Amino acid sequence: MNNRRRVRGLAGLAAAISFIAASAAQAADTIKVGVLHSLSGTMAISETTLKDTVLMMIEQQNKKGGVLGKKLEAVVVDPASNWPLFAEKAEQLLVKDKVAVVFGCWTSVSRKSVLPVFEKNNGLLFYPVQYEGEESSKNVFYTGAAPNQQAIPAVDYLMKDIGVKRWVLAGTDYVYPRTTNKILEAYLKAKGVKQEDILINYTPFGHSDWQSIVADIKKFGSAGKKTAVVSTINGDANVPFYKELGNQKISAEDIPVVAFSVGEEELSGIDTKPLVGHLAAWNYFESISTPVNKSFIKEWHAYTKNPKRVTNDPMEAHVIGFNMWVKAVEKAKTIDVAKVTDAMIGIEVPNMTGGTAKMLANHHLTKPVFIGEIRADGQFDVVWKTEGLVPGDAWSDYLPGSKDIEADWVTLKCGNYNTKTKKCSGQNYE
Amino acid sequence: MTMLALLPSIASAADANETFAQALKPLATASFQEKQQVIAAIAATRHPNARPVLSALLEGNLHTRDADQRIFIVTEGEEGLALTDPLMLQAAGSAPADEFTKITTNNQLRKALRGLIAGFDLSDPDAEVRLAAVSEMLRTLDEDGVLILRQRVAEESDSKVRSAIETGLALADLDNEDAAVRLAAAVRLEDSLSPDVYNRLKELTGRGDDGAFNEPDDQVRAAAAATVRNIDNWRSIYGGVETLFFGLSLGSVLVLAAIGLAITFGVMGVINMAHGELIMLGAYTTYVMQLLMPSHIGASVVVAIPMAFLVAGTVGILIERGVVRFLYGRPLETLLATFGVSLILQQIVRDIFTANNRPVETPAWMAGSWQINEALSITYNRLYVILFTAVVFTVLLIVLKKTTLGLKVRAVAQNRAMAKSMGVRTEWVDALTFGLGSGIAGVAGVALSQLTNVGPNLGQQYIIDSFMVVVFGGVANLWGTLIGGMSLGVINKVLEPFAGAVLAKILVLIALILFIQRRPRGLFPQKGRAAEG
Repeated sequence: MNNRRRVRGLAGLAAAISFIAASAAQAADTIKVGVLHSLSGTMAISETTLKDTVLMMIEQQNKKGGVLGKKLEAVVVDPASNWPLFAEKAEQLLVKDKVAVVFGCWTSVSRKSVLPVFEKNNGLLFYPVQYEGEESSKNVFYTGAAPNQQAIPAVDYLMKDIGVKRWVLAGTDYVYPRTTNKILEAYLKAKGVKQEDILINYTPFGHSDWQSIVADIKKFGSAGKKTAVVSTINGDANVPFYKELGNQKISAEDIPVVAFSVGEEELSGIDTKPLVGHLAAWNYFESISTPVNKSFIKEWHAYTKNPKRVTNDPMEAHVIGFNMWVKAVEKAKTIDVAKVTDAMIGIEVPNMTGGTAKMLANHHLTKPVFIGEIRADGQFDVVWKTEGLVPGDAWSDYLPGSKDIEADWVTLKCGNYNTKTKKCSGQNYE
Repeated sequence: MTMLALLPSIASAADANETFAQALKPLATASFQEKQQVIAAIAATRHPNARPVLSALLEGNLHTRDADQRIFIVTEGEEGLALTDPLMLQAAGSAPADEFTKITTNNQLRKALRGLIAGFDLSDPDAEVRLAAVSEMLRTLDEDGVLILRQRVAEESDSKVRSAIETGLALADLDNEDAAVRLAAAVRLEDSLSPDVYNRLKELTGRGDDGAFNEPDDQVRAAAAATVRNIDNWRSIYGGVETLFFGLSLGSVLVLAAIGLAITFGVMGVINMAHGELIMLGAYTTYVMQLLMPSHIGASVVVAIPMAFLVAGTVGILIERGVVRFLYGRPLETLLATFGVSLILQQIVRDIFTANNRPVETPAWMAGSWQINEALSITYNRLYVILFTAVVFTVLLIVLKKTTLGLKVRAVAQNRAMAKSMGVRTEWVDALTFGLGSGIAGVAGVALSQLTNVGPNLGQQYIIDSFMVVVFGGVANLWGTLIGGMSLGVINKVLEPFAGAVLAKILVLIALILFIQRRPRGLFPQKGRAAEG
């Protein structure tokens, strides 16, 4: 032990000699940025990309001179797709490494697992993935879409532009699809869709035998009314699902499937033939041709040294979140979490599709919503977009329990304020 | 004289070209909604080039030149795009791709386009094409379409095509003002099983919002109700057939995954936890074969069958020689050791092919479905898997019953010491048996690569199910595996519509546990002296 310390001391001495004192002092005085994404396990496929995105943003910011005159230093940890480990690693980042901000999490369950840690230690988390809503924490900024920025506009598009009358809500059996479908069911009923015109179906993770379910959808869809499938089917199960649709000759022209978890990343590396023409709803597509997006894709290819790496929606969310944090820190002139959190509200940065993302008082963003049709090359053709930007709504207006609840961290100073009872019930994530 | 006669036709041809060009022009700037009208106008010109232009639009080969908004049919050449002028259908040189914008379509447009193109295909010399065109038109039948079909029905020579057209016309006739025409149409639709017919007739038999019948004429209503009843009956019969097929297909997947295990676990008594990974190796072999022969996807799947057998079989023999043979008679250690092997195999695959799923393409002859009638269709890939299972099962049965190797395998399984004293090299037989079981697992992987994702976790999804089938069917009995797998598949699929996919699986597992409690040796227990071993 002593020996090792001595060695380290020597190394430190050597470093001090070889570098000039000023630069050594500056190196010690960096701002630490935590990256909490799974680099191994089942979620690694999606989350590794996000880690790379944050590292690229940090590198670019440092080239511009860092923040508040200090360089940024990434602290990368690997929670290994293990939900309890997320909490442990978050604790490590906040307590041991004392990071100024954390970019991380993908699944809702990992976010739920780190939430108490961030609130206890007063940390700052940027969460970049579309999720089921029903949450607003003082310590979290949600840069992905809330249900009203993805699911509801997609249903509106199908209802108004395509004239869909019958609905299949198909999902994998876990919290995001269950909550989203509950919101959608309430929304559809509010729009006058009858119970008999809604078919809800859940399947286990990694389901591969879709014969009966697709046959059911086919039967359900042949009742003479235009039918669409709203899919919250997760990851691996999608390919056999679309394959079976193709084999049973259900084309996107007859029964379109609109998916909320299928993006460029998921489509790269699968046979896209059976998927062509089906839809996805996102706030960003790689194929959207704006100067900002083009240069971002170019930088991404250069950074990853791979001209075939695709970009996707959660990446854009991280870029927006990162730029907002930098702006907020510069505005507050400190990295103190309370002051940065206050400065964050109202910050505007350009998004990559030609609009402006604004941080709202409920810690959600304004976003445009796009519907894209899948092309044979795994990219999307945008067929519809919202007129302007949609402000993110933390608590859905269509669920009986959350209709009266509001999140406002400026005037109400509360993430869960009941407008009927006029009470702030603190953090209640159920 | 001839010159004079030709003149007006030239003039009208120029006119037609002009109308066609005018109809085409707005396509460059129209919104999706406007494009619907534009393509209808293009089709209405009946210009000879309308069909090629519309099908180019459908395939995404219609582009506008950014500089002057002129529309071209393009094909991707080596240097940018090769241009074709839509008016003359003549080559118009080539140009770099970034000077052009694709005219995009969406699902509704593509559907409309297919219907319009079908209108042109009605006069195709090939009856198959005409039939396809008619059913395409019936998907999007409007008044124009009915007119085209009415003209066509008299000229149609093929009986099948004519009957399809008549069904479409009868559907249109249900809206006729004359009750006699409506009755004739309802009678005409008597034998149809089509969902369109069903929905339309069902609507006729119902009452509107004001309480009056949708169809005022009693006779027409009676005829419609009879047809609806008829379709209902047939549908429930075909629904049963369909469920049975789904069950058999799920069952054949289970049998295919389990049958290799029936040999290694059933005959040799080795608990091989790496069995799933041998299936995975077979699936990856299919992927590698497709990489090696990218232009012959169909053949690559066939070639992959023996290759997967060799790859998985070799790995199996290595596992047996390297690990399992030291652990005979110690099932717990075998279980742990082979579990370790399974993790190693997964990690190797992850390192070579990355953790992402690999795209295995489905050959054209395995895609799509066999439409037996309007109420029943069977998907080809499932059908092939059922047939494939039958073939693998038969071959395995012959190997075990009719060949010397099979004789030796059975001898060693029944009484090792006796077989050894009769001069059988038991070690060699062990290795080959294990290799055979593993090779079959690899072959199963080829079939599974067509049904599910090819990734490092593929094997894990099937290992539990495989053990379940073997234990349920009765250890050491191939027939038990076959019947066990098939019945589990059918039970699962019968339950699924009522209970949902998640609950159905749970119910099957509970039933299985109860069954094993009653009959611990499975469906077909070994009898006599062999049972004691």
